[in-house]
Parts: sequence; structure tokens; C-alpha cells
Amino acid sequence: MPQLSASILIPLIACLYVGVIILLPALEVVVGAFAKGLGPFLENFQSAELRSAVLLTLRCTVIAVPANTIFGLAAATAIARRQFPGKALLLSVIDLPFSISPVVVGLMLVLLYSPTNGLLGGIVSSMGWKILFSWPGMVLATIIVTLPFMAREVIPLLEEEGWDQEEAARTLGASNWQVFWKVTLPSVRWAVLYGLILTTARALGEFGAVAVVSGNIAGRTQTLPLFVEDAYKQYNTELAYGAALVLGGVGLLSLLLKLFVEQMLGGLRDTDPSR
Amino acid sequence: MALAIPGRRWRFAWPRWLVLSWSWRITWLYLGLVLFLPLGALALKAAAVGPGQFWQLATTPLALATYRISFGLALLAALLNGVFGVVIAWALVRCHFPGRRLLDSLIDLPFALPTAVAGLSLAAIYSTNGWLGGPLQALFGLKVSFTWLGVAIAMVFISLPFVVRSVEPVLEALEEDQEEAAWCLGASPRQTLLKVVLPQLMPAILAGVAQGYSRAVGEYGSVVMISSNVPFHDLIAPTLIIQKLEEYDFASATVIGMVMLLFSLLSLLVINGLQVWGRHWEANPDLSA
Repeated sequence: MPQLSASILIPLIACLYVGVIILLPALEVVVGAFAKGLGPFLENFQSAELRSAVLLTLRCTVIAVPANTIFGLAAATAIARRQFPGKALLLSVIDLPFSISPVVVGLMLVLLYSPTNGLLGGIVSSMGWKILFSWPGMVLATIIVTLPFMAREVIPLLEEEGWDQEEAARTLGASNWQVFWKVTLPSVRWAVLYGLILTTARALGEFGAVAVVSGNIAGRTQTLPLFVEDAYKQYNTELAYGAALVLGGVGLLSLLLKLFVEQMLGGLRDTDPSR
Repeated sequence: MALAIPGRRWRFAWPRWLVLSWSWRITWLYLGLVLFLPLGALALKAAAVGPGQFWQLATTPLALATYRISFGLALLAALLNGVFGVVIAWALVRCHFPGRRLLDSLIDLPFALPTAVAGLSLAAIYSTNGWLGGPLQALFGLKVSFTWLGVAIAMVFISLPFVVRSVEPVLEALEEDQEEAAWCLGASPRQTLLKVVLPQLMPAILAGVAQGYSRAVGEYGSVVMISSNVPFHDLIAPTLIIQKLEEYDFASATVIGMVMLLFSLLSLLVINGLQVWGRHWEANPDLSA
């Protein structure tokens, strides 16, 4: 008897909780965006500020994602499959941006590059650069926040694969570069794709770190997430929902792509035991 | 150390372990520029404040109130998700019901949905004329959006996936034989759950709770939109940092930022410890019992 009731009760509680906490807010975005029909929703995109926010968000993403991909691959080939003292510490250091509050990440950049108060403020202003309240600072903030994703996906996979294939390639006379390009990279391609999806999704949606360094100037240093908040605060509800739906749609797309790649990764990794 | 042999030029060579491959050079250069430099700036600026003033700025009544709100509400959210996370993981692993796959995919949504979007929709749903805020106000007189309750809800939202995803694989690896053995030996379902199943899940539950807690403490985007950001009421520590920066009070911002950074480092240490404990437990369950 307790067996039977538990087998109904537990899924019921689980579904109710997830329904209230996660599903309802997700539906609210869609309903809010189309509250007045399709026409007003599409009109949102004539806003010049919204379009400049989209472009700035894309710029940050287009720079941050390849940069972190190169770092992730380099770190993975350097760290995975080697044992050395301090390896666990180094892995924790790479993970650090996940546990630091995005606002603190922004603060660190302000304390480093602020022309008046920054550690490198003198150098920055004497070179005539503008890092804070400008796109380079926002790109840097995005890079720090999304730094761990690629390395974290690729390292465990490389560790499982072992050295055999690389050694075979070397014996056959391949150079380091050829080994990386023709053996290592293809063997981790799904993990790289998975990392790309996670990095891109987070880069597009990053809010806290970018908010601190951007100055949030409409039409100039406003990314799409900042635009959502600004429009909402100014009671420009439709515009806020329009932008939110675009961002939410990208988030949902990344989730679907992730599920697809997880299926491709299949038995290679143990992060998806239930599927 | 090779001694210089007379007649032969001694050539300096780096010790082998210092010769870095390209991948190491990229790794260290990148980490140095992108991570260590900003971290160093924060640490140096915090050190420059001086210990006396640091303590004073870190423990102003306003700062203490924001810590209480940030750390307290995040704990509430993490514990709530600790309980429901186990229930959800149990449902996903052990139960078969229509919509299980959908439930499974929904769990990851807080990771995928940008925080600004989450904040916008949560604030709308729990406002007094929203889907949930309306009934809550009418039935219980509860105001959620723009109060500390709203902050807690936003923290629950963003920290929900951690416990589920941490417990799921452990629960999957748990063999039902053990539970059957406990039943055969006369244990009631309650005893089986409390004495056989839960102790084995504990490291995973705690690791998930700690991860969710750490995430909820640092969360800014979704909280700032549902909070009224009134000091002593529902102002969280990250928002206080931003307000201090806007007032050009760099010293206060640095000190509070440093407190949060130290908390992050501590929580990272705890989470790593819990994960090591969990792995140790899986390897030899009877030793750690």
C-alpha cells in the first residue's frame, strides 16, 4: 500500500514543484510577449535600441566563444592525461568563475581597468584605450564568466580516451600539430560541440558581470539582457517581453541542441545516465 | 647540475620541467590575463584598504543586513531544493510516468534561460496581478514580488537543478537489492529509506545543496528584477556592491566584493571536499559508514 501511493505521489510532487517553479515562468515569457498579438511583437524589432543591443550581444559572444574554445582545448591537452602535483588545484582554479558572483567579476574588472581607480588605470588611459563603459570591458566580462565551460567538457573526455591513438600517430611521424588536429580534436568533437553550446548560451545571457562594466548606456553599451531589465524598469513592458522572448528562445534552442548532443555523446560520458 | 668542463662552452638549458609546451603556454598566459590579473587587482585593492578599515567597512550595519539577506535566503532556497531535489531525482530515476522526459528536460531550464529573462517572468508571475501573485495576495495576503519572498523565489528557481543533477547518478548506481534485502530482514519502508537509502545519497545531496547555495548567494540578474532593492529589507550583497560603485565608494565595494570572493573560495573548497567524500563512499561504502 505505501508502495502504490508513493509511486503516484512522488512523481506528482515532483511535477507540481517543477511546474510552479520552472514551467510557469517559462510560459509567462511566451504569453507576455504575444499578449497583444503577433503584430505588436514584431513591431518591437523596429526599435533602434533593441537592434543595437542585439548587435552588441552578438559581438561579445562572437569574441568570447572562440577565445574560450582555444583556451579550453589548450588547457585540456595540457592538463588531461597528465598527473602532476597541484592538478586538482589547477582544475579548481579553472572552475573558479562558476562560483564567483558575476557582480564580483565585474568589480574585479573595474578595479583593474578603471581610469581613476584601477590598478592598470594609468596604462589604460595613457594608451588612449577605453575598456570600461565600452565593448572591450563587456567582452572581457563575458570571457571570464564563460571561461570554464569548454575546458570542463573536454578534460574528462580526454582523460578517459588515453594516449594510444596519439602515440600511434606520433610513431607514424605526425607532428604535434597534426596529432592535435587529426587525432585529438576529432576524438573530442562532441564534447567540443557541447562546450560550444553551453558557452554560447551563457555568453548571450550574461547579465551581472556585463552590467557592472557597461555603464548601461541605451543604444551604446546595452546588451540584450541589460535591455530587458532597462525596458522593464521603464515600464516599457512589451519591449521587455519582446527582447526576453528572443533571449528565452535562444536559451530553449540551446537546451534542445544540448539534449541532441547528449544523445550523440551517448555512452561516452556519465553525465546523462538517465537517457 | 653539470659542472662547466674546461675547453667546452657551457650552454644554459632550462630544466626539463620548466620547458612548457604550447598548450601550457596558452593556458598560463590566458589564465594570467583573464583570471589572475583581475583577481589580483581585487586582492591588492582590498589589502590597500588596511585591516582596521576593512573590518569596519565589511561590518557596517548595512553590509551585515545584506549578508543576512543574501546568505540567509540562499540557505532557505538551497535547503528547500535539497528536499524537493531528492524527490524529483527519485521520480526521474525510479518512477515511470507520462511526461518523465519533459520533466527531465525542464530541470535544465534555469541553466539555459538567461537570468534577466527569469527575473522578468518571475517578477510578473508573482506580482499582485500575476498568475500566482494574485491568488497568493487574495488568499493569504502575501506579497511576493518586490519583497524578500520574491528574492527567495528567484534563488529557488536558479538553484533547483543542482541537487537533482547531483543525486540522479548516485541514485541510479544504487542497487535495489539493498532495499529488498532490508525489506526481507523486516525493515519498514520508512526504516529502509532513512537507514539504507538516504545515508548513501547524503554526500551527493550535500554537494548539490552547497553548489546551489553558492550559486544563489552570487546570483544577481534574476534577483535584482524581483527585489525592490530597499536596504535592510530585500537588498542583496551583489546589488549593494553595484550601488557602492555607482556612488564612487570604491573602498566599500572592494571590501564587500572581497568578502563575497572569500565566501566563493570557501564554498569551492567545501564542494570539492564533499565530492571527494562522495567518491570515497562509492568506492568503499562500509568504511565510511
